[in-house]
Amino acid sequence: MSRRQLILLGVLLAAACVLPFVVSNYRTFQFTLVLVYAIALLGLNILTGYNGQISLGHGAFYALGAYCAAMLMDRAGAPYWATVPVAGAVCLVAGFLFGLPALRLEGLYLALATFALGVAMPQLLKFHALEKWTGGVQGIVIAKPPAPFGLPLNPDQWLYFFTLAITALMFILGWNLVRGRVGRALVAIRDQHIAAEAMGIHNSLYKSLAFGVSAMYTGVAGALGAIAVQFVAPDSFNIFLSIVFLVGIVVGGLASIPGALYGALFIQFVPNIADEISKAAPWAIFGVFMIAFVYLMPTGVAGAIRLLTTRRKVT
Amino acid sequence: MKAKLFVAGAVAVALSAPVLAQKKYDPGASDTEIKIGNTNPYSGPASAYGQIGKAIGAYFKMVNDQGGINGRKVNFVSYDDSYSPPKTVEMARKLVEQDQVLFLFQTLGTPSNTAIHKYMNMQKVPQMMVATGATKWNDPKNFHWTMGWQPNYQTEGRIYARHIMATRPNAKVGILYQNDDYGKDYLKGMEDGFGAQASKYIVAKVSYEVSDPTVDSQVVQLQASGADTFFNITTPKFAAQAIRKAYDIGWKPVHYLNNVSISVGSVLTPAGLDKSVGLITAAYLKEATDPRWANDKGLEPFREFMKKYLPDANLADNFNIYGYTVAQTLHQVLKQSGDNLTRENVMRQSAAVKNLRLDTLLPGIFITTTPDDYAPIEAVQLQRFNGKQWELFGDVMTSH
Repeated sequence: MSRRQLILLGVLLAAACVLPFVVSNYRTFQFTLVLVYAIALLGLNILTGYNGQISLGHGAFYALGAYCAAMLMDRAGAPYWATVPVAGAVCLVAGFLFGLPALRLEGLYLALATFALGVAMPQLLKFHALEKWTGGVQGIVIAKPPAPFGLPLNPDQWLYFFTLAITALMFILGWNLVRGRVGRALVAIRDQHIAAEAMGIHNSLYKSLAFGVSAMYTGVAGALGAIAVQFVAPDSFNIFLSIVFLVGIVVGGLASIPGALYGALFIQFVPNIADEISKAAPWAIFGVFMIAFVYLMPTGVAGAIRLLTTRRKVT
Repeated sequence: MKAKLFVAGAVAVALSAPVLAQKKYDPGASDTEIKIGNTNPYSGPASAYGQIGKAIGAYFKMVNDQGGINGRKVNFVSYDDSYSPPKTVEMARKLVEQDQVLFLFQTLGTPSNTAIHKYMNMQKVPQMMVATGATKWNDPKNFHWTMGWQPNYQTEGRIYARHIMATRPNAKVGILYQNDDYGKDYLKGMEDGFGAQASKYIVAKVSYEVSDPTVDSQVVQLQASGADTFFNITTPKFAAQAIRKAYDIGWKPVHYLNNVSISVGSVLTPAGLDKSVGLITAAYLKEATDPRWANDKGLEPFREFMKKYLPDANLADNFNIYGYTVAQTLHQVLKQSGDNLTRENVMRQSAAVKNLRLDTLLPGIFITTTPDDYAPIEAVQLQRFNGKQWELFGDVMTSH
């Protein structure tokens, strides 16, 4: 990382820390959701962007993480912070196990298999044998955690900083993962899996691992999302959530770490803008935005920024 | 003596006048405006419901064109939540914290309203006349700031039970219900209606999942139980299947169909109009396209409203008359609130509606609330399908 990038990162972090003190609680809550989505998108990006496996079912892992957190808090009385690593661990295992059979599927077929997972999830959550724990269609309402240690923060601000800390941690982990040996292996498999195997990369192991790690990120995001929203219900995690995640990483920039953040900003704020422009056809407006982004920035926002900075260096 | 009385009266008037004229406002209200928040699914899988939000918006546009309420314009701010509870939380917070609305009105959906139930009551912002039939919205002791509007599912279930007990005391009832809070609400209503005799009347209860492809086997099961009365608690798709299946296997019970699925166009036509003859259900709103109301004076203002403010909307879509009627109810509450537009007072006034009669409600149905009763519409009238349309019969019934 160059010095300039480090300074930029420092400024960004400082701005992120000042943010909740200058905007309203409602905006703080929205930015908390942006951070949550950024973690989920980073997870999906590891799988799709770096490893080339398309998933249309990451909403299911998000739901799994959210329900882990909600059930642990509501039924077992666990503290909110303890639920986040548990949700991550559960999703890591679930993702790895789902990745094993999914290995035999390539490209579009994998997309279909994961799509099935995404479609099935809300109905599984409504399944009445599990109702004792999941609360069925009613969902689970959870309480908002106050700031600890007598910090002079309101619950929204505290939750924002809690999420920010975890986001930073997850981004550092992700950055370390993809720029090292594992990251190179993932990219090699994506670009040419036969060549990768010839170089001695254990294809199936890395692909399942990518699935597991990706699901873990999404699960952590789901747990944080549930704590922020204070409510989980099957209707919160329908197939559109999975599709929106995919939209997020493509708009943000495939195989890019900051791209996850741009994508998160897009999926959080653009639907609201679309709704403000037209009540009659918010999705048409959303579609126009999406086409404009993809047309003007074919490599995502991250790609466009990269292009701009290199161009400036050249001139 | 007369003069004295007059003086006393004048003093009283002089003393009370400033009190009357004193205007009290909470965020969202001012001398010129009343700001109201709403969420509706304008996009997503449940976007058909979005028509309710559009109808309410159009209604208040009409009110504003006619001079507003007590001289104030109504600013109806409605956001899309695409029927997703997390989005509802976000939008409700936006409305309360950023847009500073006086209260939320007609937020739509049982899960969506559950998601903001606690929040609204903690913030002490009214969650007014929510668009869902669940019974839990009528709980003023624990949730002072939340109120329902339409007859709730339990009320309706109780009314069917009463009708069965009054007309056929030896009936054997078979029940088909959707296995979720909606289905269980209806079931509980019917069981409560039968009271201690529930086990004598109800001979079979069978449930289905929304994910089931059909309810055919359930209907066969109910027939085999020997039931001669069928209470059909299903959403439109399953309702059509059940009606058709019961007819096809030659089961001829007295068939009660829940109000959720009474649409002639989307339920009875696919099921077969000839197979639907004799269905009994409960209703509280007039249907705009029903020939019975073709010359009804009461529906004329509604028809004009539709022509002028919602020219593109489908008159047969019942959500229009629903939105129009619930907006009229709020109109009355705001009129009653006068110049005291605090959240506390608006809530107090909405719990003090006495025998409000609206022309889009069926004859004989009134809206009444009290501080202990947050269920505005509790009466319905039974109607029977004659092969072409629903025909009202009997008296207006309440659950009490």
